Amino acid sequence: MKMITAVIRPHRWETVREALELLGVTGMTLTEVSGYGRQKGHTEVYRGAEYDVLLVPKVRIEIVTEDPEVDQIVETIRNSAATGKIGDGKIWVSPIESVHRVRTGESGAAAI
Amino acid sequence: MNPTAAGDTAWLLTSSALVLLMAPGLAFFYGGMVRAKSVLNMMMMVFGALAVVTVVWVIVGYSIAFGDDVVGGLFGDPTQYLFFDGLVDVESVELPTILFAIFQGLFAVITVALIAGAIADRTRFGTWLVFCAVWTVLVYAPVAHWIFDFSSDGHVGGWMANQLHALDFAGGTAVEINSGAAGLAAALVLGQRLGFGREPMKPHNLTLVMIGAGLLWFGWFGFNAGSALGANGLAAVAFVNTLLAGCTGLLAWLAVERVRDGHATSFGAASGAVAGLVAITPSCGTVTPLGAMVIGIAAGAICAVAVGLKYRFGYDDSLDVVGVHLVGGLVGTILIGFLASSDVTSVDGLLYGGGADQLGKQLVAAGATLVFSFTMTAAIVWILDKTMGFRVDADHESSGVDLVIHAETAYDLHAAAGGGGRPHFGGGGPN
Repeated sequence: MKMITAVIRPHRWETVREALELLGVTGMTLTEVSGYGRQKGHTEVYRGAEYDVLLVPKVRIEIVTEDPEVDQIVETIRNSAATGKIGDGKIWVSPIESVHRVRTGESGAAAI
Repeated sequence: MNPTAAGDTAWLLTSSALVLLMAPGLAFFYGGMVRAKSVLNMMMMVFGALAVVTVVWVIVGYSIAFGDDVVGGLFGDPTQYLFFDGLVDVESVELPTILFAIFQGLFAVITVALIAGAIADRTRFGTWLVFCAVWTVLVYAPVAHWIFDFSSDGHVGGWMANQLHALDFAGGTAVEINSGAAGLAAALVLGQRLGFGREPMKPHNLTLVMIGAGLLWFGWFGFNAGSALGANGLAAVAFVNTLLAGCTGLLAWLAVERVRDGHATSFGAASGAVAGLVAITPSCGTVTPLGAMVIGIAAGAICAVAVGLKYRFGYDDSLDVVGVHLVGGLVGTILIGFLASSDVTSVDGLLYGGGADQLGKQLVAAGATLVFSFTMTAAIVWILDKTMGFRVDADHESSGVDLVIHAETAYDLHAAAGGGGRPHFGGGGPN
């Protein structure tokens, strides 16, 4: 099992969600985050004082899935989140030791 | 100044200040409805309209609206009171004309600011300010002349008030139908927001909407009861009717929601109160309290349904200026034809035994305002879009107009949200 984590632009989230739903992904966790990478921040001005705000708002999607599904999900997120401009985000995949469903106590694939 | 004139003056000064309070009220009301990334821009559109329209009104707007008629009751002499020339009279023994003039100017402010709700989240601020000035001169001032400028000795006013004899106590035509039709035209010309009908565009802060509705309601007493232009019985009736119609509008909207959607919502309560207030604006000085209750119910129920039309027809009237102000304005203006009472005004409506005569006049006034405002606004917005550009770039619209246009964010709720970098003045400082 793997966990796919994607950090994307907030306004692409609806498009990404729709694409994943078509693919059959039934659930995910979403967190509002901020960070920076190659897309530098922006300047805000308050009564003439400029603030260089490094952090850019993003959303982080987390999906736990079985190994054979990973490539397709990553590809779907990439296609639906991309605008072609710097700041589209990142996707990474990491191994998961085990998954448990709180309500039933099921574990492994049955818990996804 | 005799005691009556002093009382009238005191009330109109108070009323003018109350109408001004509707501007921040509207800023809250609209600001809560947009997404968090564009709330400051929405509020700035309202405050911007306040500043621009007031200045333009003093320079030339008042003359066009209330100067001697130039031709056919269509508009007044634009040069007559240039820069409020001739209105300064510190020894005035009657209600000072300069007070009437600025009271009317605040009506213009609210009317223009209302249009902002139809084109939220997607417009350039500079172009909006230009629009405010142009629209005040070419649309608001003429319509105000038609309906608000009564002829008197040595003065010829507008056609609706003096030839047609339509009844509009505080602005069902000039304010509500005018802003609503303009909102529809502007929304159609500028097009939908990115993702309209597909992405959720929920109000980001309903507590702001409720505060805004409350402030609007409070200010509306100045708008409506102030339109009696005196501290008298008519003002008192208008005051009571304004309160009543807001209440029945609120209840009717909630009733529709409860039946249709299963829940009575806070957003519905705020919207219903405003719908009732919109509809009672033209009629508060023409109907009895019973009539006011009926008008509020009609407006609350009809507007609750009308706000869904934009999804069916695909025009992105973002904050329902059409569904509430155009539709509510039509309801109030037309119902005068049925519910006018000679206990309050000069004529009886259809249901009070006065025949259909007044109803016909109301329909003509409503229709003329709608067609004129829609056509003129569509032309103004189209020209400004082609010359200055009225919409922001798609990228900027996605990331949010607050940051792009104003370089500010409304809410800074996270410890790290400052994001590094000390403040510095001017460009070229340390990065």
